[in-house]
Amino acid sequence: MDLKETVRLQAKQLKCIRDDRVLFEGLSFELNAGHVLLLEGKNGSGKTSLLRILCGFREPDEGELLWGGDSINDGQYHADMAYVGHLDGVKKELTVFENLTVSLALGVPGRYSILDALTRVNLANYDDVLVQALSAGQKRRLSLARLLITDNKLWILDEPFTSLDKQGIALIETLMIEHCATGGMIVLTSHHDIELHDVVVQRINLS
Amino acid sequence: MSLSNAFFAIIKRDLVLALRRRSEIANPLLFFVLVITLFPLGIGVQPHLLQAIAPGIIWVSALLAAMLSLDSLFRSDFDDGSLEQILLSTYPASILVLAKVIAHWLVTGLPLLIIAPLLAVFLGMPSHSLGILLLTLLLGTPVLSLIGAIGVALTVGLRRGGMILSLLVLPLYVPVLIFASNAVEIAGTGLPVSAQINILIAILVMAVVLAPWPTAAALKMSIN
Repeated sequence: MDLKETVRLQAKQLKCIRDDRVLFEGLSFELNAGHVLLLEGKNGSGKTSLLRILCGFREPDEGELLWGGDSINDGQYHADMAYVGHLDGVKKELTVFENLTVSLALGVPGRYSILDALTRVNLANYDDVLVQALSAGQKRRLSLARLLITDNKLWILDEPFTSLDKQGIALIETLMIEHCATGGMIVLTSHHDIELHDVVVQRINLS
Repeated sequence: MSLSNAFFAIIKRDLVLALRRRSEIANPLLFFVLVITLFPLGIGVQPHLLQAIAPGIIWVSALLAAMLSLDSLFRSDFDDGSLEQILLSTYPASILVLAKVIAHWLVTGLPLLIIAPLLAVFLGMPSHSLGILLLTLLLGTPVLSLIGAIGVALTVGLRRGGMILSLLVLPLYVPVLIFASNAVEIAGTGLPVSAQINILIAILVMAVVLAPWPTAAALKMSIN
């Protein structure tokens, strides 16, 4: 069997306690290439905590996470995943281009060049604009452009549609469909209904 | 090598950032100059006393200036989420953290080195100990940044970590202070200071090698 095809994310009996409150326990799932995992649940149900566990920022209180059979703390995992969280992770004193240059240097170069990625997220001609001059939606698209310039199999997105307009949402959905079509996988939380055609969407409701 | 790419990208990024918000450079430098110029005013017309305590004044001021600048090391990266991205990088966090500390030293430590000879002359320090003063600052201030980075990494997640930071970091600064100011003092009398300098070199080498790991680990805890 080809090694690449066997890469998948497995969660086994995850448990998360925050401030003496059990957010979830016995949570198991498996995410295969080309699939999307949508986390649902009301505010405070542990969606973001789960994402941060998936990023390796938090240790699960019980259970384990496996990436292609190895624990996520060793091996390929960090090279294969990318995270866009509540915070945009861009410096407002740097230009759009400078920000992406740093992101590119921190990762493995991917399918798009920086300028192509900016065109893709409708930020062409913004490359030498300081980020503090961008609107919230443009900043969000910039932080999502980071996903395009580096080569990551797994995208972890925390509310990616926040502050995006209708076109922005449609654009990100298109990018997500493309990513899945090329064997990528996505874990995301979202309050919006997502419309992803021809993509298997697994749903987990945490509440 | 892409690791060195990432390393220099971080240094370059932090230097550009420092240039665009200049107060980061100016603050510790201004503090350093102000404290040192206040001493002659406070002590009065006693040039010999001033000359005798000059090494201590310069080093204590440098130490406090370094502490003052520490908070800016990870604060803005923590607040805007860049720190998460740095820690998620393919490359070892400790190396990237080292790059950040080096950039921070270039911005806050190096200016002290440049202005220190002038201030030493103000305080009447003998000219033959200026070289040793510069050497101790060159070896000592990077240690202050490296050790301080561990403290900041531990406290960056706290809203008011300033007090804890001083309590954590100051005791660790003491060896550097003792050996550095002693070296400058002894150099003023014309005696050899190779022992103190060697110890400072040893401290610097150890700090470069050992400090980035706890810093990276503490940052991972802080963004939790």
